[in-house]
Amino acid sequence: MTSATREKKRRGGWFKEEFGTPERRLAYYMVLPAIIIIVAIAFFPILYSVLLSVTDSTIIGLGSFVGAENYVEMFANPDFWEGLKNTVIFTVASVALEFIIGLGVALAINRAFRGRGLVRAAVLVPWAFPTVISAVMWRLMFQDEIGIIGETANAIGLVSEPILSDTTLLLIACILVDVWKTMPFMALLLLAGLQTIPGEVYEAARVDGANVTQRFFRITLPLLKGTILVAVLFRTLDAYRVYDLFWVLSSEQLESLSTFVFKSVRISQLLFAQGNAASVFIFVTAFLIALIFIKLFGMQTGTEE
Amino acid sequence: MASATTTKGATGRSPLNMILFYVFLVTFVLVSMFPLLWVFRMSITIKAELLESPAVTATASPVADNYGTVFGNPDFIQALVNSMIVAGTTTVICLFFGSICAYSIARLRFLFKSPIMTLILAISFFPQVAIIAPLFIQFTAVGIINTYWAMIIPDVVFALPLTIWILVAFFRELPADLEEAAKVDGATTLQAFRKVIVPLAAPGVFTTAILTFIHAWNEFLFANTFIFDAAHYPVTVVIPNFATVYTTDYGAQAAGAVVVTIPLVILVLIFQRRIVSGLTAGAVKG
Repeated sequence: MTSATREKKRRGGWFKEEFGTPERRLAYYMVLPAIIIIVAIAFFPILYSVLLSVTDSTIIGLGSFVGAENYVEMFANPDFWEGLKNTVIFTVASVALEFIIGLGVALAINRAFRGRGLVRAAVLVPWAFPTVISAVMWRLMFQDEIGIIGETANAIGLVSEPILSDTTLLLIACILVDVWKTMPFMALLLLAGLQTIPGEVYEAARVDGANVTQRFFRITLPLLKGTILVAVLFRTLDAYRVYDLFWVLSSEQLESLSTFVFKSVRISQLLFAQGNAASVFIFVTAFLIALIFIKLFGMQTGTEE
Repeated sequence: MASATTTKGATGRSPLNMILFYVFLVTFVLVSMFPLLWVFRMSITIKAELLESPAVTATASPVADNYGTVFGNPDFIQALVNSMIVAGTTTVICLFFGSICAYSIARLRFLFKSPIMTLILAISFFPQVAIIAPLFIQFTAVGIINTYWAMIIPDVVFALPLTIWILVAFFRELPADLEEAAKVDGATTLQAFRKVIVPLAAPGVFTTAILTFIHAWNEFLFANTFIFDAAHYPVTVVIPNFATVYTTDYGAQAAGAVVVTIPLVILVLIFQRRIVSGLTAGAVKG
């Protein structure tokens, strides 16, 4: 609180207004515990990660300063590039599929019909599954020995080798499982957004002679933009940090950025410092992705108004 | 949300249109539910029939042997207990700090509200893997590595945004006059919160508790990183290990997966309306 008291001396009036009354102070006291927990356990460690990434530290403790050496080694490591490549393919493919199919489903079920409860259940069940458990379940189904999908795909000649031992097929499998698990949730969010668009808007457009396509591109999409931004951004950053699904479904074979960090930090003693460089890389790139998203979508809204 | 049927009724649609719509719905529901149903089917089938073909598996006579196998495994029972303890404690801590924070954001007026909301929201976008190395070192330093706290503490941090976000939405829906009335009658802000808002918000708090519990129950990365002793493993770490424990005993693997999923599925099915409105509140309004 020392900086706060200094602040108080500098700009008395404004500060007094915000922190002077007991009511206002109480508001801050009530927010503070949660904020302290978040800053101490999430933001402070990130700074520590940065420090670890420019030293030759081990899991035992801090080492001496080595500059960008860990980053140079990380960028020279083919495993890192494999992880980055798989993560990018996984993120782009799964989020694109989830958005397109999810929007289709949301549009289709945005009406009154019998059996809404059943649909809601069908949406929530995959979402509530622990990711690792759904990976275990799908793994059992992809099995070449007893798996229903593995056997069927083999029988109709879709695949010639066991799905679980080929990294390309595994990556496709991960994308499919992710779409299965989170597309319904995306549809749910988009549906909630659709339901906030008043029906009169469509009526008016119909009276003015707008056809289905025009109504979709001129009304639905622009009015849904906020919901889409939240849903797609959230899913993109979630897919970007993929760990559980790759680790379990591929039985630790398929590399992502997160599995690279995990292996370096937790399993290999020698790669600890590189793992920290990769940690910082993931954090910074995730931050940039969020910024780019908000900037792009924000600017589009700006030009339209 | 659930009862709010949409403006476009089923009127004016051709029978063919309706048939196609229901075909689509049935397909959607089947695809969503299929893995759970199929793995459940596997879990009540004996190994010999599992190995024959999917057709045989589908028609085999049901047996409970596989459940006997997993429940006879003390590590599995221990893992269920561990997950309960970790997810339960996480939920209690999150609700305590989360409801206080959410009330302040929803009801009180102060200047730095939106930066604080942004900070909280930023956590849900945060790549958890980026902090496992520093946390490992710090948890070792304070001696809580390989204990429940090594899971509970990070779980709380990453569940808090969800808790706060949903509670803010619930608190905002409550009529403001009630607290005003309480305050006119001489209650302080804290008393108004404890005696008026908390009881009224109980259904919302309960929904939030379920969602927080599911979040913590499903956590895998921190558990897999900070725990290296079978006595503290949660179910999410133990179940994937079944692939090596039971190698070709696929029925037992299926039974394990079903056991840890069924409680969640039941919770979700009972409280589906509330959960949907809780989950979508943040995305639509924010």
